[in-house]
Amino acid sequence: MSIGKILKNVVKLLIKYRSAFRQGIFMTMKLSVVTVFFGMIFGSLIALLKMSEFRIGKVKPLEAIMNAYVAFMRGTPLLLQLYFFYFFLPKIIPISLDKYQCVLIGLVLNSAAYVAEIIRAGIAAVDPGQMEAARSLGLNYKQAMWKIIAPQAVKNILPALGNELVSMVKETSLASTFYIGEITSQANIVGGITYMQIETLMISGIFYFVITATLTKLIGIYEKRLKVSD
Amino acid sequence: MIKVNNLHKSFGELEVLKGIDAHIEKGEVVSIIGPSGGGKSTFLRCLNMLETPTSGTIIFEGTDITNEKTDINVHRQKMGMVFQHFNVFPHLTVLENITLAPVTLKKKTPEEAKKQAMALLERVGLADKAGEYPRRLSGGQKQRLAIVRALAMEPDVMLFDEPTSALDPEMVGEVLEVIKALVDDGMTIVLVTHEMGFAKAVSDRVMFISGGVIAEEGTPEQVFDNPQNPRTKDFLSKVLI
Repeated sequence: MSIGKILKNVVKLLIKYRSAFRQGIFMTMKLSVVTVFFGMIFGSLIALLKMSEFRIGKVKPLEAIMNAYVAFMRGTPLLLQLYFFYFFLPKIIPISLDKYQCVLIGLVLNSAAYVAEIIRAGIAAVDPGQMEAARSLGLNYKQAMWKIIAPQAVKNILPALGNELVSMVKETSLASTFYIGEITSQANIVGGITYMQIETLMISGIFYFVITATLTKLIGIYEKRLKVSD
Repeated sequence: MIKVNNLHKSFGELEVLKGIDAHIEKGEVVSIIGPSGGGKSTFLRCLNMLETPTSGTIIFEGTDITNEKTDINVHRQKMGMVFQHFNVFPHLTVLENITLAPVTLKKKTPEEAKKQAMALLERVGLADKAGEYPRRLSGGQKQRLAIVRALAMEPDVMLFDEPTSALDPEMVGEVLEVIKALVDDGMTIVLVTHEMGFAKAVSDRVMFISGGVIAEEGTPEQVFDNPQNPRTKDFLSKVLI
């Protein structure tokens, strides 16, 4: 099979199954954006709990639990987690969840762990002298955190969150295991119908690349703007 | 004003302060000299509880600030601190650096704080930089900003932690000049420094801290010109005055 033939097939498939691919792109974008959005919310929450000073005796239970959570979510494969939530959630949650929701929850819980780590690292990267200077003026911990540390940490955090979105676009391909209609699911389906697996793989590859390259470019522009105001 | 009793501080196994007793009077200028790692900075940082002492007490204006029940934030407002590495806030303008604390802590309205900040900047020759961000300032300018930022809280005492050690040599003078002006105003000052000439010129009292204790203290003349402790003699013989 010649390269020319393959490319011809690619164009043919793109035209014939354009609505299927369009749906796939839409679904991939939706999954990634919704995941990172909720990942940010829960990730921030985890990061806050990790910094909590709440103690029972000498241990900080909230910090310990959150550390374990983050370590576990980052230390096991996302695909395994998706399987787990896919089978586990419908059994323990009384309201009925469809497979899209199960997968989305799995992705969010995974992303939250990474976002929590991004936030922790972003805060840790701020010069400790800033906290000391703020406290030496009489600001309490909370005031120093919000007025001095957080605004500086945001500049570290935002670009990293952009990168999290980029990797999430790629990670959502794992959701194709459950055929929830993102790019890889759609490509698999088209490949199954037409027996043109190589061509459909190439098409999905191009889509992923265009999306991630565009996002990376946008993040780069944004980062440059952050630096200007620095 | 500040009374320190038997102050100890350990970092893990390492005992940095091994029982320091000191008394700093209102209006006094006390310089702390001594070899690196001897405990000078740790002692200074204990005075406003940036380091929590392992044992001992610090009485500031009649209150034991080492007591856990004391609200340290209230007392820190009365103790300005200037750091070796300036620690100006890079995300705030020069003016905002100064007004942040008085406004956040409701000491002043934003208008009052701004007026005061401009007056302070005028005093240290930075009025034209009010709207700039600190990245546009030189080291000396940053340190002058850090000093007036602390002064904006109208503290009763100023703590200086090697304020000129991180500066290029040609900028040391402009910062020492600002400190000298504070001395002339009668501000109570505790100054950790390697600028022996300056310490000798402005101090009422000099403490030589080495090995976690005050090895010697007295007037600048006593300590610099006629040191009694062999460690002081040894140290002074190695530094330029």
